[in-house]
This record gives sequence, structure tokens and C-alpha cells, in this order.
Amino acid sequence: MAEAMIEFQSVTKQYQGGQPAVDNLSMSIDQGAITVFVGPSGCGKTTSLRMINRMVEPTSGTITVAGRDISAEPAAQLRRSMGYVMQSAGLMPHRTVLDNIATVPRLNGVPKAKARQRAAELLDVVGLASGLGRRYPSQLSGGQQQRVGVARALAADPPVLLMDEPFSAVDPVVREELQQELLRLQRELAKTIVFVTHDIDEATVLGDKVAVFAVGGRLAQYATPEEILRAPANDFVASFVGRDRGFRRLSFNPAESVRLHPVKTVDAAEAVGGNSEWALVLDDDSRPLGWASPRDGGGLVPGGSLFRPGDSLRRALDAALSSPSGLGVAVDGDGRLAGVLKGEEILALIEASRRQREEPA
Amino acid sequence: MEWFLANSAMVFGLAGQHFVLAVVPMVLGLLISVPLAELVRGRRALRTAVTTASSLLYTIPSLALFIILPPVLGTRILDPLNVVVALTIYAVALLVRAAMDAFDSVDEEFRLAATAMGFTPYARFLRIDIPLSLPVLFAGLRVVSVSNISLVSVAALLGVGNLGMLFTDGLQRSFVTEVVVGIIGILVLALLMDALLVLLERVLTPWTRAAAKPAAGTGATAMSTIRIHEGAG
Repeated sequence: MAEAMIEFQSVTKQYQGGQPAVDNLSMSIDQGAITVFVGPSGCGKTTSLRMINRMVEPTSGTITVAGRDISAEPAAQLRRSMGYVMQSAGLMPHRTVLDNIATVPRLNGVPKAKARQRAAELLDVVGLASGLGRRYPSQLSGGQQQRVGVARALAADPPVLLMDEPFSAVDPVVREELQQELLRLQRELAKTIVFVTHDIDEATVLGDKVAVFAVGGRLAQYATPEEILRAPANDFVASFVGRDRGFRRLSFNPAESVRLHPVKTVDAAEAVGGNSEWALVLDDDSRPLGWASPRDGGGLVPGGSLFRPGDSLRRALDAALSSPSGLGVAVDGDGRLAGVLKGEEILALIEASRRQREEPA
Repeated sequence: MEWFLANSAMVFGLAGQHFVLAVVPMVLGLLISVPLAELVRGRRALRTAVTTASSLLYTIPSLALFIILPPVLGTRILDPLNVVVALTIYAVALLVRAAMDAFDSVDEEFRLAATAMGFTPYARFLRIDIPLSLPVLFAGLRVVSVSNISLVSVAALLGVGNLGMLFTDGLQRSFVTEVVVGIIGILVLALLMDALLVLLERVLTPWTRAAAKPAAGTGATAMSTIRIHEGAG
């Protein structure tokens, strides 16, 4: 059991004359883990996040961070001890990227040269070229701005990171890159991260634990993402999690026992004509290029998604479903062909893992 | 032209006085307006009151103000201080609205980000609000600069030294050349002041031009940088 870093004790936030934005919230947030607050708009997830650094003051109840009641600390000092990443990155347009990253150390009185040096190191940590440091935020892409936003939050090396829908304004491809980057960073840094999103997919990808909020500021379920997808606590959670939850839950099932089969392969020159069945087209280095169709004299058909070592059953099933031949292509760590997967065998594995879960119950 | 060359020392002297009489009230107006605008921000009633008061102030005829001020301030009628105070009042009337607009132009997102990072309200005002409001503030300053330069010439009627004296003197003597030199002098002065403000704005707001640069080239290298790092990671 992880140690609690942040604790909400009967916290309520009520704005004048309205329903509570957050209603009697009690929860404890694990140290060194990513906890995701997820829910529809108006559920109080952002309000709850902002109460942690006192940008919103609770109407009643207490919040402690590392055992200390935050209402006893000066708000500006408290905020400098927590990194904050917001939806639009919120970079200061009149400061260069380096100076943006150096903001909190500078507020803490670190000399300019030293703060900039640290900022330059952080550019590298978040995967940005050092040449970007002298640019202004408006000269960066949305994804790069978010990376700078993360670097800025990390600059004073705070134990806690608060992330308020940080990736929701970037396109889906960049969003996935940023999510993977955050997970990579978290493996190295082990911060206590509270992450707000309205996207249940993002919540299940990132969260060690997920807190689902319902409208009216009530905590509907607080559990691991796997449990929330498998056993929603009530109808609200079930409907919020959505209709693909059965498929999404496969993300948490390892697929190492899936069987790999040999497959007929051809090189690019042989892809045209003369194949009686689907054949996988490989380049000189055994990397799959696509499929040679058995119909109409053949030709190269683009392949489906690839199954890599360590991928989940969800990826395995998707590799099979997205392949024009119905056979999912598995590759090794270097991207070379390892074999093919069959859809019906993956379904059998899914059924087997369900039975396995039933047994101890 | 001959007249100008013969009297250039006098014209330059008047231009210098004109310049000082226009600039000092502008600076004072700025020092009063910016904190005032910050004070009324987010306070609707107070803001309306200040907006209305500033409009009323600007409707007072300048000549009347020049004449009312000496008894109020206890100064002599020829004291340049009267002109400075009167023009400061006009500058405040214009600048307080410009400053309110300038602060409105600062996206709430940046204020929120600054608060979240642990800026104290005072530090946020100095290091975020003021720099980000400069582009709009400078637009207001340029209006005040022109307005002040033209208003200073009215003070010539009272005998306070400035380029406007070339009008009054020229008119009295029916000497057109002197009037023309006065007009051109004021025009040149206004253009110089404006150029100075534009230059100052450029120096103080380098980031506004960075945004305008073509993004195509930088965007492409930016994307490839991300990919390279992703590949390595």
C-alpha cells in the first residue's frame, strides 16, 4: 500500500447560492503515483485540483499535503512547491522558452544564470532540442508548448505535479506522444501527480488510480483503471466509461501467451501477381511492408497495426482486426517479423483470462 | 526659409520647451493611470465612475483649465507648472481608459498561470500584467503624445513658451512665414515623438514580432525534432 501524499478530509466547495461544486470529498492520493480525476464538465474535478494549491479555497473540510494542513501555509509559497500544468500550456508570451521554464526557480531566488542552466537541462528531459530555448512560445507548436509547460512545472523539482487537462488542446497523435512521454518521465521521476481530464481513455492510459467524479461534485468511484472498466460501481460510472469499455479493458491483459504462427512471405518484387493466398511483403531487413493480395493479380496492400513485444491483448486483437488478411503481424523489438496472430486464438485467450478471474471468487 | 535660418536658435529653443511641456505630463499621466486602472479592475462600480470622470475631464476646454488652475494651485498665470498640471489631467483622462483596455487585453489564462506558479499579486502585476499590456498601452500613449503636443500650443495664448508662440506672434504681425514655421515645427515634433514611441515599443516588446515571423520553416524543424527525440526515447 502506497503512502498517502495528499488527503482530502470532508472537503466541500460551495459557491454562493448554487449547488456544491465539490460535495464532501474524502480521498487520499498515493505518493509517487499518477491519480487521475475524470468526469463530465461541472463535476468538480478541476475545482478539486485547484483546492490542492489553494487557487480555490474550500468552504469546509481540510486538505493536507505530506501531513501538513495547506491552509496554514502562505498560498504563493505553497504553489511554488507544486508544479502546475494547464490546458493551454499558459506560457508567458513575453518570455523566452528558457525564461519560462526558469520562472519558479527565479521566484524562489535562484540566480538567473543558474536557473537558465537548469532550464536548458529540462528542455532535454522533456525531449526538446536545446535550440528552442531562445524562442518565444508563439514560435512553438502546440505539442512543444505543452512539453515546455511540463518542463516549467518540473523546474523547481516539486514533489507534487498538478495537471489540469494538459493534453486536451492538442491533436490526437501529439496527445498520445505526450501521454507516453509523461509515463516515461514518471518512471524516472516518481512524482505525485494529480491529473484532470474529461477523457476516460486518457484516464485509463495514465492513471495508477482513477477517481470518477459525478455531476454535483461527488466521487462516484475511486479505483485502479482496470477495476473501473471491469466493475463500474454504478450506472453513472458504467455509462461514463462508455460502450467500448470491454474492449478497452483488454489494455490491462498481458498477451505474452499469445501464439505466433509462421506466414508465407515474399519480397517487394514478388508482391505483384502469382500468389494464391495472402502473403506478407518484407523488406531486405525482414521488416513488414504490407500484404500481397491474392486477388486481381496481387499488388501491395497496406498492413494493419503491429503487435510488439509487451503489448496487451487489446493491441493483439487490433493487429488481427486491422489486418487485410485477418492475420495480425507481430514484430520483435527491432521491428522485424516475429510471426502472425490469429483472431480466434486471441478471443480464446480473453475467455481463458475471464475464467481465471472467476475462479478465486 | 531665410526667416527660419535667422531665427533657428529661437525656434529650436521653443521646440525644446514644447517637447518638455508635452512629455512630462505624459509620463506623469502614465504613472497615475496605470495604478489607477489596476485599482479599478474587477470593480465594476468604481470602474464606471472612473470611466465617466475621465470623459468629463477631457471635455473641459484647455484654455479654461489653464486659467482656473493658477488660483487653485496658487501659481502665477505664466508658471509652466499650470500647463504641466492641466496636460497631466488630460493625459490621465485618456490613459486611464487605455490602461484599462490594456489590462483587459491580457488573457486571463496568463494571470491564472502566474498565480498557479506562485507569483504574489504584486509580482504578477509588475512582471506579467504590465509587460503583456504594453502593446495596447503604447497605442494609448501615441494618442496622448499627439494630443499633448497640440494642446501645449494653446498655452502660448497665456505666454508660456512653446512653438505655439510662433502662431500668436505671427498672427499679430500678419507674418505668414512664422505661422507656417510654427505649424511645420509642431508637425515635425509630433512625428518625432511618435517615432520615438514606436521605437521604444519595439525595444520593450520583442516577443510581438517573434509571433509574426513565418511559422512554416520553424514548424517543420520543430516537428522533426520531436520525432527524433521520440525515436531515441
